[in-house]
Amino acid sequence: MATREVIKFLSNPKIGGKRDKYCRFRKFGIKHIDYKDPDFLEQFVNEQGKVLPRRITGNSLKYQRRVSTAIKRARHLALMPYVTDLLK
Amino acid sequence: MRNYEVTFIVDPTLSSDEIKSAAKKYVDTIKGAGKIVHIDELGLRQLAYPIKRRNTGIYYVVEFEAPNGEVIPGVELAMTRDDAILRFLSVRLDKHGVKYNEDKRAGKIGKIVKKKKKEEEPQNKRKGKPRGNNNNNKRKSNDNAPAPKPKAKPKVEATPEATKPEATAPEAEVKA
Repeated sequence: MATREVIKFLSNPKIGGKRDKYCRFRKFGIKHIDYKDPDFLEQFVNEQGKVLPRRITGNSLKYQRRVSTAIKRARHLALMPYVTDLLK
Repeated sequence: MRNYEVTFIVDPTLSSDEIKSAAKKYVDTIKGAGKIVHIDELGLRQLAYPIKRRNTGIYYVVEFEAPNGEVIPGVELAMTRDDAILRFLSVRLDKHGVKYNEDKRAGKIGKIVKKKKKEEEPQNKRKGKPRGNNNNNKRKSNDNAPAPKPKAKPKVEATPEATKPEATAPEAEVKA
């Protein structure tokens, strides 16, 4: 007999569930975002080089602001492109 | 005392002597007003977009300590007038920035490893990390470098183990 306990595990409860977002800067204690490190900043940018929204990155407001300034500085120094295609 | 950082790109078509003297000129003016903490020569790098029809540039990063930022406008003005300088950026560093640079020099800050093997990707996806995140564990690095690393790694390894027994066990029961 399939009891309630068994049925509970037949489908993966994680499927379709919400992923929990978190701010990685808070989580890992990163306090300074280096504008000279384009490889790191690339994570916060889409394929066209646009800054990804907080909705997707999960950054807290404070660090999202810092990420975006760092990206802008990196662009100014030609470490990252202003516009492209197929960045990743 | 405040810490500042001036980054500039020198034209790579100049001879190596000219490049060095151009960089030295600005380093010397900065030296006159404060104490140089570190000069980082990133060397020849590909530019993300052409500047003055150059596709590469030689990067210099000068970190210095000064009572105030009075030197900077003078240096920037000289750089705008100088044809050898393609771009520059001067930034004031807060205490975290100073710490970060120290750590970086001490080699505590890891480099991101781009593009991991595909087998590992599903794991990360399930963990619900945003894209590009595979590299996450590599770079934790920053200020409290040693502390977060051990924390982060076991977590990733632990999840598959934790979920597997749950998934397999009930199947076995049903068959029985």
